[in-house]
Amino acid sequence: MPLIRSPIDLRTCRKKTHSSTRPRAPPELSFGVAHSGVQDAFARSAPPIPHFVQPSVNPAHSPVALEIRGLTKRFERPAVDGLNLSVQAGEFYTLLGPNGAGKTTTLRMVTGLLRPDHGSITVFGVDALDDPVGAKRIMAWVSDEPMLYEKLTPLEYLDFVAGLWGIDSHLASVRARDLLSWLDLAPHADERCERLSKGMRQKVALAGALVHEPRLIILDEPFTGLDAGSARLVKEVLKERVRAGCSVIMTTHILDVAERVADRIGVMANGALIAEGTLAELHRQAGSGHTSLEDTFLMLVARNGLAE
Amino acid sequence: MSRPGTIGWFAVHEARLAWRDWLSLFIGRRRRRAVGLALGVVIVALLLHGLAYLMLASSANLAGDADKRVLLVVTGALLMSWSMMISQALESATRAFYARGDLDLILTSPVSAGRLFAVRVAAMVMPIMLMTVLLAAPFIHVLAWYGGARWLGAYAVALALAMDAVAVAMLLTVAMFRAIGPARTRSIAQIVAAVIGAAFAIGMQFAAIVSYGGLSRMTFARLPMFVELAPDRGSVIWWPARALLGEPTALAVLMGLSIAAFAATIYFFAPRFGQLALAAGTASHRTMPRRRRRTGFHDWSPAQALRRKEWMLLVRDPWLMSQTLMQLLYLLPAAFLLWRNFYTGAGTSALLVPILVVAGGQLAGGLAWLAVSGEDAPELIATAPVPASRVLRAKAEAVLGAIAVVFSPLIVMLALAAPFAGLVALVGIFIAAGSATAIQFWFRTQAKRTLFRRRQTSSRVANIAEALSSIGWAGTSALAATGTWLAIIPGILVLMIVAGVWLISPVRNPAAT
Repeated sequence: MPLIRSPIDLRTCRKKTHSSTRPRAPPELSFGVAHSGVQDAFARSAPPIPHFVQPSVNPAHSPVALEIRGLTKRFERPAVDGLNLSVQAGEFYTLLGPNGAGKTTTLRMVTGLLRPDHGSITVFGVDALDDPVGAKRIMAWVSDEPMLYEKLTPLEYLDFVAGLWGIDSHLASVRARDLLSWLDLAPHADERCERLSKGMRQKVALAGALVHEPRLIILDEPFTGLDAGSARLVKEVLKERVRAGCSVIMTTHILDVAERVADRIGVMANGALIAEGTLAELHRQAGSGHTSLEDTFLMLVARNGLAE
Repeated sequence: MSRPGTIGWFAVHEARLAWRDWLSLFIGRRRRRAVGLALGVVIVALLLHGLAYLMLASSANLAGDADKRVLLVVTGALLMSWSMMISQALESATRAFYARGDLDLILTSPVSAGRLFAVRVAAMVMPIMLMTVLLAAPFIHVLAWYGGARWLGAYAVALALAMDAVAVAMLLTVAMFRAIGPARTRSIAQIVAAVIGAAFAIGMQFAAIVSYGGLSRMTFARLPMFVELAPDRGSVIWWPARALLGEPTALAVLMGLSIAAFAATIYFFAPRFGQLALAAGTASHRTMPRRRRRTGFHDWSPAQALRRKEWMLLVRDPWLMSQTLMQLLYLLPAAFLLWRNFYTGAGTSALLVPILVVAGGQLAGGLAWLAVSGEDAPELIATAPVPASRVLRAKAEAVLGAIAVVFSPLIVMLALAAPFAGLVALVGIFIAAGSATAIQFWFRTQAKRTLFRRRQTSSRVANIAEALSSIGWAGTSALAATGTWLAIIPGILVLMIVAGVWLISPVRNPAAT
């Protein structure tokens, strides 16, 4: 079965699954980034992306999704201290660390919500500090506290986000409805966000982050408040985006999630990266006898004398 | 210390929360502010006492044989204050049911929720009374100094009226719960509160326009019709006024009735508090019937998307609409005066120019706060590929667009009656709205839209500057409408104020924030 469906396939599939009494499998993403060897029907049928949303550097030419060098931010004490970090294109990167380690501060600097004191940030070759608008065109940010407009419906919210990113209305409409359907929000598409549960709001915020097809998706504790089914759905959606060529960088305290989804994991403490690698590499760095990420994480943090 | 769960224990708990809330509102974390605040209060109090002395020292003995006209004026003033007290009490009553801060904790604990409610209802009386008494106190003191201690009875009258207002507000809120359900009560009660607060003052202005063609609220007392229709001096209608004027019997009766009404409110409604609060909580979580209106997607530019979003959020929030448009209620008499002048050919239209300009500035300030400081998804906007300057421009356009929609009919009416005054009003409103918007942008903070009522406390400099700018532009427009070149002088002064505000604003001095 192909990973990417055409919209017609998807609609047919949805009709079938709706009429079926069997439990519904997480649907697959069809829009967006052209998958290797697969011509996306949406990409073919959609009008060309307006100049407004085109990044100043072609992301396809850059294998590095995110490059951070010497990043420093001080508040009353150093929150991020000379951080170096690289995330490859098509990689699912998870950032772990105790509270106050500097994870969120780092991500907020990458997204342009905080100005660093020193250092450089490059997103798919675009200097995020010199050309923040260019970098924002290819990024999306989802925080742990979904920031929505209470008085807008999910569809209106997605229409607004599409307007901010200058997405063609037809394309945005199709993506929005598909995303809401994939995230099990279709029945609530025309309800105001004030009526939605926290988990639903989190999924609407995620849909908002995906509707403009970002190349780099940055998430801060995205699973906070999600039930098991929704969490699995969100994980599937994110993994699908990674398979489609996007990069995901995510912070989480749920180590099980990190263990299951991440290609590479970075461990931060006191504003610095203290360990990085695949799960196996992290186990090796932590020393023998540690088979779970929880043990490894706690050992790494404790070894650096940085336990909370 | 009272035993946990008793009324006394709840009272101490509520008093502590109220005190800390008050401290954080006025002083925040900066203790040095307290000294400044205390000094400011003393200076303002002294100035108000001086003003009261100049106004009242000679008339402190008017009470003894007050005639019908005096009683009519005093009763009118009391009714105006009382309507505002009911308005405040309605807001507080709604908050008591819908604020979920600690209700879940209280309702799931084994203590009686009715006791908490009794304390909360009692606690409503004090701020409502203080709000009224705050400005009246210097006048009461001057009258008491020269006319005798009987004038101090005014404090008791204010307390009695506050208790009555709370009783009426509770009755209205519970009646609305029953009639229209808890889901709608929240927004409707807030709109009713706004309308009640303004209705009586506006009604008196309408009466003044009809009779004298002016906007003064107390003109009605001069109307022979009212004086003739008013009952004799011995009527119970005058008892509150007579109580205020220091008559002990009237004061005792008023206090007795008010205490009885207040006690009855607590007795009947306190035990139902838990049910009502639960109903209110359920209402806020209940899924309303879905609208089947489908959303069509549009090729918005970022600026269009932002403008549309601002307007949609405003139109869909009845509470914000009522708070924002409150100021416009006060424009109704002005619009009525315009309409009347248009048909009678009276030449007082130019007098409306400053009123319109002040209203334009104030409304723009409120809308600008909502658009910038009350942005609910600041991180979404900040991470969108839209330059910050473009975002601000789109938000300013949204504010000025709303002002244009609201004021266009009034300006057209004014222009038809007095074309030059209409032109001056148009320019004045635009400049006042632009200045107020700019000030809000320079002093922007991040807050929740629900804190709109507290926006004045977020930056006192911005608040004072916004008021000065609106009043200044109103003065400039008033002079300009008369055709004198002297209008340039206040205009330059206001420009200097606005420029000075910009120089000290956090936007220009980020380190100062």
